[in-house]
Amino acid sequence: MIKKYNVKKELQYIVVFVAVIFFAFVPLFGSTAIITMSTTIMMYIVMAASWNMFSGPTGYISLASGAFVGLGFYASGFMSNHYPLPVLMLFGGLVSFALAALMGSITLRLRGVYFTIFTFCLVELVKAIMTWYEIMVVRKRGLSVRNFGSDTAFYAMLVMVAIALIVVIVVKRTRFGMALTGIGESEDAASHIGIGTTRTKVFGFAISAFFMGTVGAVRATMLNFIDPGSAFNMMFSFLPVLMCVFGGMKTFLGPIIGAIVFASLQYNLVMKMPQIYMIIFGGIMILAILFMPTGIVGVYERIRNSLKDRNSIRKEVADDANA
Amino acid sequence: MSTVVNIVIYGIIMGGIYGLIAMGLTLQYGVGKILNVSHGEFLMLSAMTSCVLVKAGLHPLLSFVICLPAAFIIGFILNITIYRYLRKVSKDDATYESNAMLMSFGLYFILSNIGLKIWGTLSLSYQFFSYPVKIFGATIAVNRLISLGIAMVFIVAFFFFLNKTRMGKSIRATSQSATGAAMMGVKINRTMAICFGVGGLLAAAAGVLISMSFAPTAQIGLSNTVIALIVVVLGGMGSIPGAVLGGVLIGLVGQAVSFFDTSLVTVAYYLMIIILLLLRPKGLLGR
Repeated sequence: MIKKYNVKKELQYIVVFVAVIFFAFVPLFGSTAIITMSTTIMMYIVMAASWNMFSGPTGYISLASGAFVGLGFYASGFMSNHYPLPVLMLFGGLVSFALAALMGSITLRLRGVYFTIFTFCLVELVKAIMTWYEIMVVRKRGLSVRNFGSDTAFYAMLVMVAIALIVVIVVKRTRFGMALTGIGESEDAASHIGIGTTRTKVFGFAISAFFMGTVGAVRATMLNFIDPGSAFNMMFSFLPVLMCVFGGMKTFLGPIIGAIVFASLQYNLVMKMPQIYMIIFGGIMILAILFMPTGIVGVYERIRNSLKDRNSIRKEVADDANA
Repeated sequence: MSTVVNIVIYGIIMGGIYGLIAMGLTLQYGVGKILNVSHGEFLMLSAMTSCVLVKAGLHPLLSFVICLPAAFIIGFILNITIYRYLRKVSKDDATYESNAMLMSFGLYFILSNIGLKIWGTLSLSYQFFSYPVKIFGATIAVNRLISLGIAMVFIVAFFFFLNKTRMGKSIRATSQSATGAAMMGVKINRTMAICFGVGGLLAAAAGVLISMSFAPTAQIGLSNTVIALIVVVLGGMGSIPGAVLGGVLIGLVGQAVSFFDTSLVTVAYYLMIIILLLLRPKGLLGR
C-alpha cells in the first residue's frame, strides 16, 4: 500500500528535528549554566515524550516514572567508575525495562485505576528497598557518581531526545502504535480483532520505561552525589504528566512544548521560590484540565480550524456574490 | 508474649486510623469516581492545624470541631466547583475518571506546598494523655487508646450514616449506578459533593488523631495517601467494610514487620497487594 504523506502534517517533525540539530551547537558558545539548563530541559522532553507514547494513546496513567529515573540514577551510581556513559545509559534503560515489564505483566491485566495506584506506590517501594539496602547492607548513605562533564551529558541527552522522538514517530505509524491507540479507544474491541492487549500494553510500558532509565543515568552524572531521596523522587513521576496535560496528550508536539515550558520554569524558580512555584504548577494543571483538555496544541488547532472555517465561509460568500 | 500483644494492639490502633483514611478515599472513588491523590494532604493540613490550635490553648478534642467542618466545606466547595464543571464537559465517564485524577494531582501540588510553605520541615506535637498503661503485659500510651476509641466511634457513626439515613441510601444508590440513581430522583450532584466533603472530613479526623499521638510534619501527606491507596486496593475499590478490614490488616502487618525492620514496611505492603492482585484482583471485599 502506498501511503500519501500530508506535507503539512510532516512539517512538525521536520521543524523539531531541525531544532534538535541547531540545539547541538549550544555548548559551543553557551555558558555552563545554559548547558545545564538545556540538559535538564532535554531530560524532561525525553520523559514527557516517552510517557506520552504509552499513556497518551492507551489512557493508562503511569506514575512510575520516578522509579525508572531512579533506577537509571543508581545504574550510574554503581557503575560510573568502571564504564563509559553509553554503557551506563543502556544498563539503566534495561533495568527499567525489566522492572516495567515485570510490574506491567502483573498490573496491566487489571483496570486502569489499579495500574495507576500500583505505579504510584512503585516509586515508594523501590525507594524503600534502596534505603534498606543502603542502611542494612552497605551501611553508607548515598553514592558518589563520576561527572563526565557538562558537554558529555548535554550530547548524551541530545542523542536520547533524537532517539526518543524517532521511536515515538515510528511507534505511532506501526501496527504496534495503532494497537496502543485501539486499546485506548476500546480495549474489548481491540482484543476481539486479535490484538494481544496485555502483551502490547506491557511492551509499550516497558519501552517508555527504558527511555526514563537512560535519561536517569545521564542525569545522575550531573549531580555528583545521589541518595534514594533524590533518585526516587515523586516529582519525576508527576512532572511528565503535568507537561503532557499542559502541552496536549496524544499529540507529538504537546509533550515537547510542555517539557520546555515547565522545565525552564522549574529550573528558574526552584531556588527562588521552591514552594510557590509548585502551587503555581498545580493551579496551571487544574486550569489546563478544565479549560483546555486537549492542551496547548489542541487550542492552537481549534483556533486554526475556526479561522479556516471563517475564511472558507468568506470565500463562499464572495463566490455567491460573484455568481 | 507481651511483644505479640504489643504488636496486635498497636496494629489495631494504626488500623483504625488507616481505616478512617481509606474509608474517605474509597467513598470519593466509589461514588464520585475521583481517585483523590490529594487525600493525604487533607490529613496533613488537619493534623498541623490541630497542633497549632492546641498550642494556642484549645483542648485537643475541640480541634475536631474546627478541623472537620473546615475539611468538609473545602471538599464540598472543590467538588461543586471544579469537579462538577469537569464532569459536565467530559464526554464520557472514563475521560472524567482520568481527568478527575489528574486534577487531584493539581490539588496535591497546591495543598502539599501550602503546608510546606507555612510549616517547612517543622515537626509539631503536644502532650495529651501521653503516659503509658499496661494491658496484658504490653505498654501502651493512653493517647493512642483514646485515638483508637475515637476512630471506632467515627467508623460506627459512618456505618450508621450510610445504612440508616436517607442520605446514606442515596450515596449507596449513586455508587451502584449514578444514572439509575438520578432516574429514581436522587440528586446525584449533591450526593457526590457531600461524599467528597465527607471523604475530606474522614481524612481530617484521621489527621487530628495522628496529631494526638505522633508528631506530624508537613511531609506526611503523600505517605498517607500511599497507605490509603494500598488499603483501598486491598479491601476492594469502593467497598467501605473492605477499607476498614484492609486498614486493620495493613496496621497489623505494618507493626509486625516494623518490629523486625522498620525500613521494610513498604516492601511488605507492596508484596501483599501484588499477591492479592494475582489471586483476587477485586480486593478482599470487592464486588
